[in-house]
Amino acid sequence: MPDTSNSDAFVEFERVQKSYDGVQLVVKDLNLTMPKGEFLTMLGPSGSGKTTCLMMLAGFETATHGEIKLDGKPINNIPPHKRGIGMVFQNYALFPHMTIAENLSFPLEVRKIGKSDREAKVKRALDMVEMGAFGGRRPAQLSGGQQQRIALARALVFEPELVLMDEPLGALDKQLREKMQFEITHLAHRLGITVVYVTHDQTEALTMSDRVAVFDDGRIQQLAPPDELYEKPQNSFVAQFIGENNTLEGTIREIKGERCVVQLDDGGLIDAKPVNVSKVGERTRVSIRPERVEINKDRLQEGAHTLKAEVLEFVYMGDIFRTRLKVAGNDEFVIKTRNAPDQVRLEPGTQIDIGWLPDDCRALDASN
Amino acid sequence: MTDAATEPDKITGPTPDNALRAADKADDGPVLAADGRPLKQSLNRALRAQKLRALALIAPLLIFVLVSFIAPIGDMLFRSVENQIVRDTMPRTVAALADYDAAAGGVPRDEVFEAAYYDVFYAAERKLHTRLGSRLNYEQTGASSLFRKSGRGIDDIGEVYQDQFEDLNGDWDEARPWAELMGDPTWIAAQEGWDGSGRMPAFELRSDIADVLPRTAASYQIFARFMQTEEGDSPLEEEPWTVVHTALYQDLSEGDVSGYTGPRSDMLQAAAALVASPDFETIAFRDGLEEIDEDWVDPEIWQTIKTYSPSYTSGYFLNSVDMQKTPEGPALRDEDERIYGLLFQRTMFMSMVITISCILLGYPIAYLLSNLPSRTANLLMILVLLPFWTSLLVRTSAWKVMLQQQGVINDTLVWLGLVADDARLTMINNQFGTIVAMTHILLPFMILPMYSVMSTIPQTYVRAAKSLGATNWTTFWRVYFPQSIPGIGAGSILVFILSIGYYITPEIVGGTSGIFISNRIAYHISSSLNWGLAAALGTILLVVVLLLYWAYDRIVGIDNVKLGG
Repeated sequence: MPDTSNSDAFVEFERVQKSYDGVQLVVKDLNLTMPKGEFLTMLGPSGSGKTTCLMMLAGFETATHGEIKLDGKPINNIPPHKRGIGMVFQNYALFPHMTIAENLSFPLEVRKIGKSDREAKVKRALDMVEMGAFGGRRPAQLSGGQQQRIALARALVFEPELVLMDEPLGALDKQLREKMQFEITHLAHRLGITVVYVTHDQTEALTMSDRVAVFDDGRIQQLAPPDELYEKPQNSFVAQFIGENNTLEGTIREIKGERCVVQLDDGGLIDAKPVNVSKVGERTRVSIRPERVEINKDRLQEGAHTLKAEVLEFVYMGDIFRTRLKVAGNDEFVIKTRNAPDQVRLEPGTQIDIGWLPDDCRALDASN
Repeated sequence: MTDAATEPDKITGPTPDNALRAADKADDGPVLAADGRPLKQSLNRALRAQKLRALALIAPLLIFVLVSFIAPIGDMLFRSVENQIVRDTMPRTVAALADYDAAAGGVPRDEVFEAAYYDVFYAAERKLHTRLGSRLNYEQTGASSLFRKSGRGIDDIGEVYQDQFEDLNGDWDEARPWAELMGDPTWIAAQEGWDGSGRMPAFELRSDIADVLPRTAASYQIFARFMQTEEGDSPLEEEPWTVVHTALYQDLSEGDVSGYTGPRSDMLQAAAALVASPDFETIAFRDGLEEIDEDWVDPEIWQTIKTYSPSYTSGYFLNSVDMQKTPEGPALRDEDERIYGLLFQRTMFMSMVITISCILLGYPIAYLLSNLPSRTANLLMILVLLPFWTSLLVRTSAWKVMLQQQGVINDTLVWLGLVADDARLTMINNQFGTIVAMTHILLPFMILPMYSVMSTIPQTYVRAAKSLGATNWTTFWRVYFPQSIPGIGAGSILVFILSIGYYITPEIVGGTSGIFISNRIAYHISSSLNWGLAAALGTILLVVVLLLYWAYDRIVGIDNVKLGG
């Protein structure tokens, strides 16, 4: 992974470690390179170290070890106010005693920009987030979504090349959040800014980002574009964390290049694609996405292994059907089928055979 | 179908929308509840029980506050203008002085002296003259001793007449003959038959005696009633006061009693003849009073009585602002008698200095506390609160030990050679001592509200400001400080109002130059007993506090005061 001396790298983390108490590492050996203009999301459960990474980049935390570079220059010893990085906070952090215009004008004032210039820039920034009429109001007089736009405008008004966002949409309701997700990505791409975005919401991460870094236990578990992350998780943590996922535990019986056979704990055999397993006899956890499970035998490959399954529950969800099965002792096995005219509705209690394409079934590590 | 739905007017049947629209239109009468009563009335009925219960819950506190707080304040406000004592004690004099021109000065008419004689006599019998003397002494030095002396000597005037009447006929100094002359026979019988239990039969004047001897009758009635109610003695057994003899002389010298035929008419006729004889010795009221104390012929006392004769006076308030009532109207006191203006100024100034020192000392501590992890913050908070748990007296006395000339600080300075042994610093019994001790005592009142406000300022504001490019100082000054102002405001109001009325500490370490207005109030309450002035000073203090509160509300806004999160 350490292709750190990348010449077009804009943001670089080099072997960065962070500890708060001198006993435990919150961030363990972080290496990350971002080109200019990329929208990168740090995704992970709370306590995984993603926010700490963001704070180190912003300068509010110091790295215990390693180097952080911005545009080729080490910034470890540069105080936050000299880094010129825009930042959007989770609770917006709009100064309550200033009006919206004053809030936006603040970063320009501290940069000693002239009054007329300031006013023009503030107006442009407000128009950019469609809040031009709200300059005279106080933050408390705005709704959450409006405050979010102002926070965004304030982080952009001094034209930083790098903008950090720390769960900026966490406090918004679902609909508004989806709307803002698109607005933020569009704005970021239009302005050509580099964005590091922190969230624990995987949908947000998948819809917004060019690349997603999945954090867990102080490490990046996988750094990949959204589709790759979803379809080709590199380990069972990522598979579990991103999207809905079925897991079955077993032992590797046979490995042949891109194929392997896994014997499940109840004796059944299935085909899978070995991802991070290497030898026969190793414990594994196979992962199958609910929508990739096939209940129609005709669509399966010749000679493919199938498993017996018992239908436990059928849930009608409008656009899809969600069926819970008992497979190889796992009664949380879920399949999703599209609500199409010819689709069967599985009755609870019936026995069916299920199977999948070997590529969709990934044999991953058994840890966690 | 879709068309119809978008045009509601075309739907004829009842739809939910139409019902709502109909309900909206029917706003020409009050909204009715399900049982046909107006909704408002129903709601009030439903809320009444709730309100009553709430009232019952706060009732104990409400009563307590009324009794222990509102009522005393009301009483204080009332006392600061109340002045009925002059009118109540000297009603005749006040009436006689009605046309006296205080501004012109001069000695009043003889009738005024006559009225004053009777008033002082009755007051002296009731032992009220000293109180009036003390009251007037607040306004005119010497009034107290004047009244005290007059109370002792007032009998001298009446004795002139009493002696002569007694020489004429011993009965004039006996109880019984006087009672027969003045009392109603029915009352005399009832009084004789009184067995000593229960109430004495109230004295009644004989029906026609008031026509013959008006002054004497009135005077004797006062005497008789006083004996009955205050002393519990029977007028049949007590010889009357000398003031009655004086009244008798006046009546006999002015009126004609030759037509009188009632009881003791011989005695009365003889007395009338005596009074008419040229040998009868008389004494003018004016001369009599002058003999007791020559201050009575000084216009000043009459001016004072006249000025303070109304039931309500602004005199106490004028006094509290170093002015006094004069016949010409309110005027400033002489330079060397002014004290309250200086005290008020000093109280304000020192309270302000104390408040500012508390802000300067408390702000960094509150800032530190609110930015520490809560474990450490709690520990430090205990250190802040520790003085709170120590007796105020102990802390103040400790400062005395620290600051005095042979105290710890001076000793240390001398030991270090910073101060010469013969030039030790005076740090106590002056303003400095008061400011130091009070700043120390009131500091927690500043830190606590500041801390509670600062701990609600999220760290993210500071981070946001820095990420926007602000230096540490700009971040503090433009972002953090404005948000901590409500805490400063709350703390300042608290400290200022507490210190403006502080008493114990200035009393102990203030000496003469470091005392506050409250010490003066305490002096008037407990030593000089001039409660009216104390009440006026207290009222002014209250008004000043309310004014400051109002000004703060106008300038900063009272919503910006936060005592807690």
